[in-house]
Amino acid sequence: MNPRPFWSRRELLTRSACGLGAAALSDLLKDESARSGERPQPAVLDPLAPRPPHFAPTAKRVIFLFMSGGPSHLDLFDPKPELNRLHGESVPGSFLKSLADPVIKGNARCFGSPRKFTRHGASGMEFSDFLPALGACADDLCMIRSMHTTSSNHDPGQLLLQCGTPLFGHPCIGSWVTYGLGSETRELPSFAVLLSNSGEGIDAGTALWSNGFLPSNYRGVTFRGQGEPILHLTNPRGMGRVEQRARLDALRQMNAERLAATGDAEIEARIEAYELAYRMQMAAPELVDLSHETAATRQRYGLDHDRTRAFGMNCLLARRMVERGVRFVQLYHSTWDDHADLNGHLAKNTGMTDLPAAGLIRDLKDRGLLDETLVIWGGEFGRTPMHEIRRGTTPGKEGRDHHPFGFTMLLAGGGIRGGYVLGRTDDLGYHAIEDRVHVHDLQATILHCLGLDHTRLTYRHQGRDFRLTDVGGSVVTKILREGGVAKRPPSAA
Amino acid sequence: MNHPARIAVLAIASLVHLNANLASVPGGRMAVAAEPPGAELFSREVAPLLTRRCLACHGGDAAHRNAAHRQENGGFRLDTRERLVAGGDSGPAIVPGEADRSPLLRRVMSDVDASERMPPEGPRLTAREVDVLRNWIHGGAAWPAEMSLKSPRAAAATHWAFQPIRKPPIPEVRSTANARSPIDLFVLAPLERLGISPAPPADPATLLRRVSLDLIGLPPALEDLATQADALRQDALRIDTNRWIANSWDVGPDAYDRAVDRLLALPAYGERWARPWLDVSHFADTDGYLTDQERPVAWRYRQSLLGSLNADLPFDQFTVEQLAGDLLPSATPEQRLAAGFLRNTLSNREGGADLEEYRVEQVVDRAAMVGAGWLGLTVGCARCHDHKYDPLTQREFFGFYAVFDAADEINLDVPLPGEAEPFAVAYADYRRQRDALVAPLKTELEALQVRWERRLLEAVAAPSEDPKWDRQWEVLGLIWGGRLGEGQLEGCEIVRTPWPERTDDERDRLQDYFLAHGSLIDPGRFRDLKLDALRQELTKLRGKVPWPTRAPTMRAARHPRRSHVHLRGDFRVPGEPVVPAVPHWLVPRPLPADGSARLAFAQWLVAPDQPLTARVVVNRAWQEFFGRGLVDTPEDFGLQGHPPSHPELLDWLAAEWPRHGWSVKWLHRAIVSSATYRQSSRIVDPTVATRDPRNAWLARQMPLRLSSDQVRDAALVASGLLVRHIGGPSVFPPQPASVAKEGFSNDWKPSAGADRYRRGLYTWMQRLSPYAHNVTFDAPPTNAVCVRRERTNSPLQALALLNDPVFDEAARALAERLLARGPASESQRIEFLMRSAVARPPTAAEARILAGFWRTLWDRRIAESKVSGLGDLEAQRAAELAAWTGVCGVVLNLHEFVTRE
Repeated sequence: MNPRPFWSRRELLTRSACGLGAAALSDLLKDESARSGERPQPAVLDPLAPRPPHFAPTAKRVIFLFMSGGPSHLDLFDPKPELNRLHGESVPGSFLKSLADPVIKGNARCFGSPRKFTRHGASGMEFSDFLPALGACADDLCMIRSMHTTSSNHDPGQLLLQCGTPLFGHPCIGSWVTYGLGSETRELPSFAVLLSNSGEGIDAGTALWSNGFLPSNYRGVTFRGQGEPILHLTNPRGMGRVEQRARLDALRQMNAERLAATGDAEIEARIEAYELAYRMQMAAPELVDLSHETAATRQRYGLDHDRTRAFGMNCLLARRMVERGVRFVQLYHSTWDDHADLNGHLAKNTGMTDLPAAGLIRDLKDRGLLDETLVIWGGEFGRTPMHEIRRGTTPGKEGRDHHPFGFTMLLAGGGIRGGYVLGRTDDLGYHAIEDRVHVHDLQATILHCLGLDHTRLTYRHQGRDFRLTDVGGSVVTKILREGGVAKRPPSAA
Repeated sequence: MNHPARIAVLAIASLVHLNANLASVPGGRMAVAAEPPGAELFSREVAPLLTRRCLACHGGDAAHRNAAHRQENGGFRLDTRERLVAGGDSGPAIVPGEADRSPLLRRVMSDVDASERMPPEGPRLTAREVDVLRNWIHGGAAWPAEMSLKSPRAAAATHWAFQPIRKPPIPEVRSTANARSPIDLFVLAPLERLGISPAPPADPATLLRRVSLDLIGLPPALEDLATQADALRQDALRIDTNRWIANSWDVGPDAYDRAVDRLLALPAYGERWARPWLDVSHFADTDGYLTDQERPVAWRYRQSLLGSLNADLPFDQFTVEQLAGDLLPSATPEQRLAAGFLRNTLSNREGGADLEEYRVEQVVDRAAMVGAGWLGLTVGCARCHDHKYDPLTQREFFGFYAVFDAADEINLDVPLPGEAEPFAVAYADYRRQRDALVAPLKTELEALQVRWERRLLEAVAAPSEDPKWDRQWEVLGLIWGGRLGEGQLEGCEIVRTPWPERTDDERDRLQDYFLAHGSLIDPGRFRDLKLDALRQELTKLRGKVPWPTRAPTMRAARHPRRSHVHLRGDFRVPGEPVVPAVPHWLVPRPLPADGSARLAFAQWLVAPDQPLTARVVVNRAWQEFFGRGLVDTPEDFGLQGHPPSHPELLDWLAAEWPRHGWSVKWLHRAIVSSATYRQSSRIVDPTVATRDPRNAWLARQMPLRLSSDQVRDAALVASGLLVRHIGGPSVFPPQPASVAKEGFSNDWKPSAGADRYRRGLYTWMQRLSPYAHNVTFDAPPTNAVCVRRERTNSPLQALALLNDPVFDEAARALAERLLARGPASESQRIEFLMRSAVARPPTAAEARILAGFWRTLWDRRIAESKVSGLGDLEAQRAAELAAWTGVCGVVLNLHEFVTRE
């Protein structure tokens, strides 16, 4: 009946020195709490420890190629002969009713796409001539032509797609996934963010990879294109690898002394955090070192051409990350916000991204990774079938405005049906009219592929259980691969 | 394990649920023995679950709400066992003893069809919750006799937080040896019942570091005599801290109390306590949203807050000024500035943004701030529908909304010291010259502008007639005062104001805007009159005037709006009209129907009979001193919130505080003077720690990781780099350029000189790409009210402390300070470092570790310098500095350094 004696200093020092981390300690406490019938101490549970999904997943990780700004579905994925026929004419009134933007209303004219569309692969999926490389992956891609969203401004639209709400301060999908499943890697962050190297920032900024109200352990870690890949990864001047190890050893011993003196289990977690930081210092440079990639791989990602290099590097990094256990890679390219000179800009953006994005899918496939890696390509909304009237009215330099009512996204791998087109928009490409997929439905589906029930992945904040899909979202079962479809969640886990 | 104590634990755990959810059971009564078997499961698990997830629709008072309700709830109520068993339109809901035949169970399971599933909204019941129901039905569905569950509205009538605050009697305890104040008796009484002894007092060094960090946000600075003389000349504030530390070494019975008094009197006190309040107001230096433009005068609100906190403005007066200072009779400039609290909402200036949509967001945000900050209610939940768990209806939410809907954003000229006089002189000249410049064109210019304004107003009245003019109006609302932090809709409001009612300043500014953006009305005339040339001349003239610094505040709406309920929370779908109002079930009070409602509302918040404000604010103060509030859901004192761990203590403080004139310093002093606060944070008895992992019983203090500000401030103090200039505009400490680039066209130009070393409070807050250090150390997002910060522990924090140039610089500065003290033994130096960083000497083992590390670095440096061929003395100096910098780096990375024990 005596209380269990407190750990001896020797015991603690040994445990720490062996690198036994918070996980071990939490196990210890769990055993103890099981005996005493009390709950384990939450403070020392590793927030990044791997956790089982709700049901068997079809995807273990996600690479989200976020095409910020709103790529034009009409010039890339969704051919509209009727729109071409109406080119230059007023928009039929029936299409304008639901248009909120007063700028378009009234004097807008239909703007047919000058692009040529071709069928690709066994599935015959159509792509415009701007996307030959992605077209060649058609049979691995699922094209959703019936996406719709609720915001026609950039940052609310981007936030909705990433965080499930147009408001700031909510966790993004990568954070939700990390919160739900923990981390597979003990050397790298589980949720990585790769920013566009196009020199243009992302509209909604860091809010897009923010942990919001979740603990900051679940925040996306930005990998930088230049300089050190992770903020403050490099030791101060004069601190070489040997000194660094000696510094961490001294620090660990000092912290262990305090742990022995105070018994504060948080110190154990801090010791472990420093060890993980050290492993990141070792692993991250190796991750970003592309020198051992073959010439064929470099070519596949377009690393040898100025135009494709920046995006290609990020795509290749994304592959190297998922190979090393990173669960969620968020990759941004900006900007597809083509209010003017749509064709010129599309040529530039597709020129930068088409080859590397396709290279990523093929490379994943060749390495046997595509089956369990879900790749997503798309932006916050599409673009209007009418031309923009604020800017971009110069003939030959027309643009399109933001358009939330119907647009296209691509998915591949991770349990998604390849060579499959879901849904359609009306004859102008205006409204999604068949198999409509709201952003929340897409999010529910992504979570589903990862083995997570979007209605059960919740976090209590300000008196309410929040979730990524707010109060909406249904899994789009039609795009799930047959046989690869996850079982219905069991009633009691 | 001690058996009786275990039972007590269970009882308390049960009471927690009962108090929270079962208003019909008087708190403290746990008469399970007389009840049927399974009744305990019912009380502890089932009743809270049914109340939380079912009663909003299937409760006793739901029937009267509307006629459609019967259709919505299927005529089914489950507030009594009889009704539950009897079921509704579709038959019995449960069959006691036969879980598998109970429809209720089937419909809450996760795999049921969406059309049938219950509850229809919100998350599914968890597998555990379903199991609870299954076991309970299986066991016969026991239900204590005569008990009925109550819906939020009915439960609110007895909910603890909505009851008047009555000062409870101070409890009797067997031993008062451990008590210093009534607070302690409230804490000791339950501990005695549990058979637990409080922790011993913290040792003086720990206690002094703790109270210093808690009251002024800075660790005690350790200065030796040599630098003290120097410091005396430089900075009186730092000396004050030093003297206090020096005094604390000579122990007297009241040394601690005197130390507390000195800390409370320091200006640094306001700096420390500004931060949690800025979290409530979600202050930042930028607009937010896509363009995230700067607000160069946002800091003036922070400055006024510092003044109020340091002057210990009574909290009732403070409340009135924060929310309605501008409406006070003959309001002073300071009072007007205080209402800048409401100006920390976001502004959307992105092209295409709907002006009304984002104005509405601001108003909703203001209501939510007041909800969380004063009332401890999640009022935002009632924006779209009646609150699910609390009695707040959607209509009542819009009563709050209407209070803030009747206000406009405005900036005022509030001259800083020294600005007023030169301005007055220059302005007379300006006025004369401006009028002279405009005079030749005055008639035609004004005629054009009148036409332009008329056209704008027509566009507002009948949108979509001409998109160009819709756009012209929209642009006025988007760019007015952009990058100046002005109220973005002020321009629109001036256009709506008849000419004679406009001030000179308003006329000038609108004229300037018209000249720059109004040519659409008649481009030809604009050219002919050479209005662009006039605009340039006026701009030049404007540039010569030393304008006083502006400051953000609010004013009563110039053009009263008709406020409505927004159906489903959508501002485009107006429901019934609403006027400013407070919920009648709380403390009824009529509010005026005009723009002065805000003042009456603020006064209501601190009215003696309003039970929430004092409890909520006392609780947040407690949270700052213990890491956890007496109510550990500080944002939610409603039916879903957790009940207080020490209800009588909370009420005693909430009752005493207004009696002490709402003095915040009184409250802080009362808390830090208690023995409960002064306890050690060490775990004395591991079994207690296991039973009470979150330390709700307060049998010890809690070690707390420092906040993002404090981590950096502490490094600057230890290294002697901190620049103690109080107040002023925000500063840009260095950080990698790539951080700001993450947002849309943001830039971060590091400040030069002293501004690199200011307290974290003054760091520029960019909403979209926040200062990286703050994000790493859990500063909350600046989009919405925050009343509780997270404290995480991550490898990114480790990388920052190890390698962020800010901390590297601090380590080097500390090493230089150390070496500047002259020759000393290694152990003396190590002691100095430890005292500087953690306010205590090292243990022998710690000293050995640091010395060993120093030796490693030194040896490597010396070896390297032999290779590089540096002269002996020079090499030694360099090696010494490098080695000590390394040791300082370790000390500044200690867990203990970033922790207040």
